[in-house]
Amino acid sequence: MSADTLSAPPRGIRFRGALLPLVLFALLAAVPFVAGALGQPFYVSLFTRIMIFAIAALALDLVLGYGGMVSLGHAAYMGVGAYAVGILSFHGVDSGWVQWPLGIGAAALAALVIGALSLRTRGVYFIMITLAFAQMLYYTANALSTYGGDDGMTLWGRSTFSGLVKLSDGQTFYWIVFAVLALSYLGLKRVVASKFGRVLRGCKENERRMTAIGYNTYAYKLAAFVLSGALAGLSGVLLANHTEFVSPAYMSWVRSGDLIVMVVIGGLGTLHGPIAGTVLVLVLEEVLSKLTQHWWLIFGPLIVLTVWRAKGGVVRLFGGRA
Amino acid sequence: MTLLSVERLAKSFGAVAATRDLSLEVAEGSIHAVIGPNGAGKTTLVAQLAGELRPDAGRILFDGRDVTRLPVHKRVRLGLARSFQISNTLLSFSLLENVALAVQACHGHSFRFWADASRDGRINAEALSVLQTVGLADRRDRLASEVSHGERRLLEIAIALATGPKMLLLDEPMAGVGPEEGQRMVEMLRTLRGRVTILLIEHDMDAVFRLADRITVLVYGRAISTGTPDEIRADAAVREAYLGEEDDELVG
Repeated sequence: MSADTLSAPPRGIRFRGALLPLVLFALLAAVPFVAGALGQPFYVSLFTRIMIFAIAALALDLVLGYGGMVSLGHAAYMGVGAYAVGILSFHGVDSGWVQWPLGIGAAALAALVIGALSLRTRGVYFIMITLAFAQMLYYTANALSTYGGDDGMTLWGRSTFSGLVKLSDGQTFYWIVFAVLALSYLGLKRVVASKFGRVLRGCKENERRMTAIGYNTYAYKLAAFVLSGALAGLSGVLLANHTEFVSPAYMSWVRSGDLIVMVVIGGLGTLHGPIAGTVLVLVLEEVLSKLTQHWWLIFGPLIVLTVWRAKGGVVRLFGGRA
Repeated sequence: MTLLSVERLAKSFGAVAATRDLSLEVAEGSIHAVIGPNGAGKTTLVAQLAGELRPDAGRILFDGRDVTRLPVHKRVRLGLARSFQISNTLLSFSLLENVALAVQACHGHSFRFWADASRDGRINAEALSVLQTVGLADRRDRLASEVSHGERRLLEIAIALATGPKMLLLDEPMAGVGPEEGQRMVEMLRTLRGRVTILLIEHDMDAVFRLADRITVLVYGRAISTGTPDEIRADAAVREAYLGEEDDELVG
């Protein structure tokens, strides 16, 4: 055995690890066709929304699942990305070439400032402070009366890309979101296996040890936090485009909590788990909320059951290694 | 040549003075043991040397540099690495990965987001050679949570060694290991003599007297005596400090 193949998992296990994500993406790819066959275009819209949240859940999994940082304010970065699109659109800037990078950049900047301060604390204090910052952004959005205040505001339309693609077409938009999700997943898959990712995983498991072998753990955690904020910002950009509407509700802490639920139910630190978790949560929400407005009465126990029966998330029910 | 020099170090926790006016010099290439009864302040000393605790007064010079106010990770980069009294490994990582992370730390920054770290042949090869040094090469793919306590003690030292240190601070490496594994540990540490300077904090007197070139005796945070093993054995003040059962160990 040569040194460079050391400790790579055996082929069978790696294949089984790749099977579930493949099935997941195949199912998502089938949605437009199934919706077309059933004459239910609504499903395309529903699953566009689901994939957008799945991107945010992926972003959260990087810090929560791989870095052990419980951020209870990730909806805020989605909100910043969405508001960047909304505000630019309000001022007549419709170009996606401007809106998207600015949305991502603004979210990354917010994550940099918030992360730089929050990461000086630990444990429950970290949770509290990420929540507090997110609430500050939430109330700031509420106070932006020019941009609709607490009512939010409707966009002029979806981003334009020099006439190259028309996002206003539901199918086209679906495939773009699908592509963003797939690329985010594949990109993060590389990141968590990279040197950076290995350091991050080490920090989650034992930060004192990582410091003792010479890592400035703060810098690595902050980098992960910013990367995650940027990706959440991108999902916010997509969300604003999807709904053609932005509102402070995008940043509410309930939304941040939902994201944690999606990640944990799906499987922390697995990447494809949070995608599955988002599908599960949002589909259940859709189905149950049609039955009764008290759908949480059913959904709550289901969460308890899932966490209890499927420790480590639903994806771990399929094969030992997630 | 002196590699580590501690000058008039002091540290108190409230009314308790854990380190008092402590001065110490460790010669390059030597194995220097620090012994003392429970509560003598050995662990507090290690924490200050490693940079986890900031002393109230005094200076720590390492390799000619004042490191007194340097954070832990920067001291490691200068070549001052430590092992922990209670095994402090990444339990869900394989032994190879535990060591590879330490090797990776001394190959520049790790803001590399793309290439698969577990397939870095150079790092894996270096990590494997460190595992060979401590005799754990055949266990490389086991998780740290799966190996025996003694093997985890060896891993602890392998991790510190993999950072490429000039000096190792070993905080009770024999803690909790049986006589057989303790023997293995002593043999392994002996092979490191000359390659790396060692400051050894240890309760196992047998191991200390077999390994150390010089010994410093700590009592109530103060260094009461420093000398060769023979000098320490003959020192009246030391014997007084070790009244009781450990007295026999010193004589024996």
